[in-house]
Amino acid sequence: MKTPEAIKEFGFWSLFFLIFGLAPILDNSEYHLMLATHILIWGMFAVAFNMLFGVTGMLSFGQALYYGVGAYSVGLLVRGFGDTWFLPSIIVGLLVAVAVSVLLGLLVIRVSGVYFTVLTLAFGQLAWQVTLKWYHFTGGDDGIQSIIPPGLLGNNRVYYWFTLALVALSILALKRLVNSPLGLTLRCIRQNPERVRFLGRRVRRNELRVYVVSSFFAALAGCLMAGADNSIHPDMFYWTTSGEVILMAVIGGIGQFFGPFIGAAVIIIIQDYVGARTEYWSLIIGLIMMTMVLLFPQGLVGEIRSLRTRLVSGERNRS
Amino acid sequence: MDPSFILMQFLSGLMMATLLFLVASGLTLIFGVGNVFNFAHGSFYMIGAYLAFQVVSSCHANFWLSVLAAALGAGALGMFAEATFLRRIYGRSQEGGFQILLTYSFILIIDDLVKLIWGTEYKSLQRPEGFKGAVNFFGLTIPSYNLAIIGIGILVVVVAWLILSRTRPGRIARAAALDREMLGSLGINVPLTMTLVFGIATAMGGFAGALAAPLRSVSPGAGIEVIIDSLIVVVIGGMGNFWGAWLGALILGEVNAFAIATAPDWASLFSYLVMALTLIFKPEGIFSSRRVRKV
Amino acid sequence: MDAILTLDSVTKSFGGLRVTSGVSFSIDRGSISAIIGPNGAGKTSLFNEITGYLKPDSGRIIFQGAEITNLSTREIVARGMGRAFQVTSFFPEETVLDNVRVACLSRMDLTRKSIKSVSRFTKATDRAVSILESLGLDKYAKRPAFELAHGDQKLLDIGIALGIEPKMLLLDEPTAGMSPEERLLTRNLIQKLWKEFNLTLLFIEHDMDTVFGIAQTVRVLQTGRLLAEGTPEEIRNNPEVVTAYLGEEVF
Repeated sequence: MKTPEAIKEFGFWSLFFLIFGLAPILDNSEYHLMLATHILIWGMFAVAFNMLFGVTGMLSFGQALYYGVGAYSVGLLVRGFGDTWFLPSIIVGLLVAVAVSVLLGLLVIRVSGVYFTVLTLAFGQLAWQVTLKWYHFTGGDDGIQSIIPPGLLGNNRVYYWFTLALVALSILALKRLVNSPLGLTLRCIRQNPERVRFLGRRVRRNELRVYVVSSFFAALAGCLMAGADNSIHPDMFYWTTSGEVILMAVIGGIGQFFGPFIGAAVIIIIQDYVGARTEYWSLIIGLIMMTMVLLFPQGLVGEIRSLRTRLVSGERNRS
Repeated sequence: MDPSFILMQFLSGLMMATLLFLVASGLTLIFGVGNVFNFAHGSFYMIGAYLAFQVVSSCHANFWLSVLAAALGAGALGMFAEATFLRRIYGRSQEGGFQILLTYSFILIIDDLVKLIWGTEYKSLQRPEGFKGAVNFFGLTIPSYNLAIIGIGILVVVVAWLILSRTRPGRIARAAALDREMLGSLGINVPLTMTLVFGIATAMGGFAGALAAPLRSVSPGAGIEVIIDSLIVVVIGGMGNFWGAWLGALILGEVNAFAIATAPDWASLFSYLVMALTLIFKPEGIFSSRRVRKV
Repeated sequence: MDAILTLDSVTKSFGGLRVTSGVSFSIDRGSISAIIGPNGAGKTSLFNEITGYLKPDSGRIIFQGAEITNLSTREIVARGMGRAFQVTSFFPEETVLDNVRVACLSRMDLTRKSIKSVSRFTKATDRAVSILESLGLDKYAKRPAFELAHGDQKLLDIGIALGIEPKMLLLDEPTAGMSPEERLLTRNLIQKLWKEFNLTLLFIEHDMDTVFGIAQTVRVLQTGRLLAEGTPEEIRNNPEVVTAYLGEEVF
């Protein structure tokens, strides 16, 4: 059965593999390779974030916490025990993120709406401050440099394929989750939590589940970024990191599964183009955010989709 | 512990609490009355500090006049932002989320505009004439400006209480906290009321920023620190509750003052600790006027 | 006949206001009955107490032989209590099919066991489709629920409740906001569903044709108190009920 959703999914994956599979073969630039790696990692981060906001209706302003946890797990272990620890440290990072998100999640899901946003923000900032002040352990403001993945992974091109594979698998897993009964339940929680209780489901338990899932993939993004940039810094925990991932989701469209990935690509390309020419980057993203919220709340992908729906139904009406 | 040390820290905490209260009360006012969460409230505080600095340095105006100008300026900007942008998203589905996103864009834009106008260096203000020295207080030397701030805080609390309980606008504000639609049916101009309340709230933010300018130098990005502190205050006290903001500010100010004196590096962590404890035992805040816990 | 639901002097107040005042009654398994009363009589509050949404201050509620007074909504639903709402309650952005399917999946406890696509759960899907057929909504299965007409949304709300395979179903003003023609159709439909799904039905209703047309027992609530209980004939002729609520114009 070919539903519109299935066609869209097919379209995304064809484009995804066409662009990210062919680009590094056709284009030899190391710089473009780095950009593509960043788009993949941020794209996965944004899709995972949107599981909370777009799907379940929980606006977290603290997903940077888990991104940082992933990055620092890799950075600290590689610095402490050598580069052979790179792959195990990713697993450690993911486990730590799950543990932290369960504990913190039990606290933050006690409240909803604005309070949830505020709390996630506050705990994210707490993690940032601890990282900044615990100099002996985290390197404070300096961060950690020269995190080189071992062996073949040390090669940027190989690392790119490694990232591509993990990101594709992650997005595929998240997509299946969204289509599964749990995903349906989460969407229902956004639209009518009271009614979900009357289906005999626990709303908070399901919110905790998606919080942990989203945090897991945020941490994976952090782990991968540590290897991609070969360095980490405390700003990965900073609230602007959470803000950036929110912006990506909003630009792409929070109501669309693949929207946030597209949003990530758009932001990274704009950042690359504009960032080199002006120091007023936050003014630009502020204006973009304002425009999206006021005029295009469905995001690029969502607006294009509803425009097409309008055109199609307009034609049908005329004939 | 030395009693004079305790008294000293207590007074220093009281001053911090007053500043926190002045900022947080604006945040809680617009949330309680208008059901709007202004994430950019700290940015209006920052604008207040910069405006005061500008008025003093370019007009050589009296400090207190500059504080007034800062409050009016921040209030006017707040009213502009509400009437031009925020108003457009009232009533939209997932309004709460979009309020945060829109006011988040204000933070980003204001940060860079401040950078454009005043540059990135730290700015600070002289203490006003007559409050440059210190006074003797039970054998302690207390900067007189600190006492002035505490006094202003008390004055604001009294005036706000009188307005809320004795005047018609105050009663309207309290009614709005109960029911936005009911107000409309009473023939009150709801959009105008919202704009005015937003203006008052942001003016209070600007007022606090200007008052704090002689104590803490200000630089772009100050907005976010302030908003997080105010958020902790309202989470502790109960969002949307005037007296809750007062109590939350007092707790946070005192915790901070004693933490700075004993463990300066980790002082800010104590604020989070208090907040986490509140959340565990009383997630709706100490004075809650509404249900935040899910049924 | 045995009782499926028993209320034993259930009482609840908000501040000084008593919304439920010592209400006791029993409902026979497999019966269909109505609760009537003026606005503010505490009818919806009573439903809220039965479904664990409000906790009574005192009194006991027994459902299927076990006390449910202090259980959560989730636990009461799991024991076979379904409910449709006065203010229509459904999932507007999901398709009509998914609205019911999520209920069927919940009933089968499948909402967290696998990340297979929902359409692969054939048992739940078949069940959802058959519920939609019973309600006459199957032709809209693929449409998002917000596109439905108001009357159909009320039916969808009932459909979601049926998805959890309730033993007992509470309907809060099923015909509110409907035209007289729609009311007649709904009345017949409710009667049909009652038989088809072997339900015990308890409904709140203001439309007297519906109440006296299909209820076997009618209970009258006034200011939180059970004023009268009896067959439609008895209630119609009860002088207290007539003065308190029904008035002259009904007859």
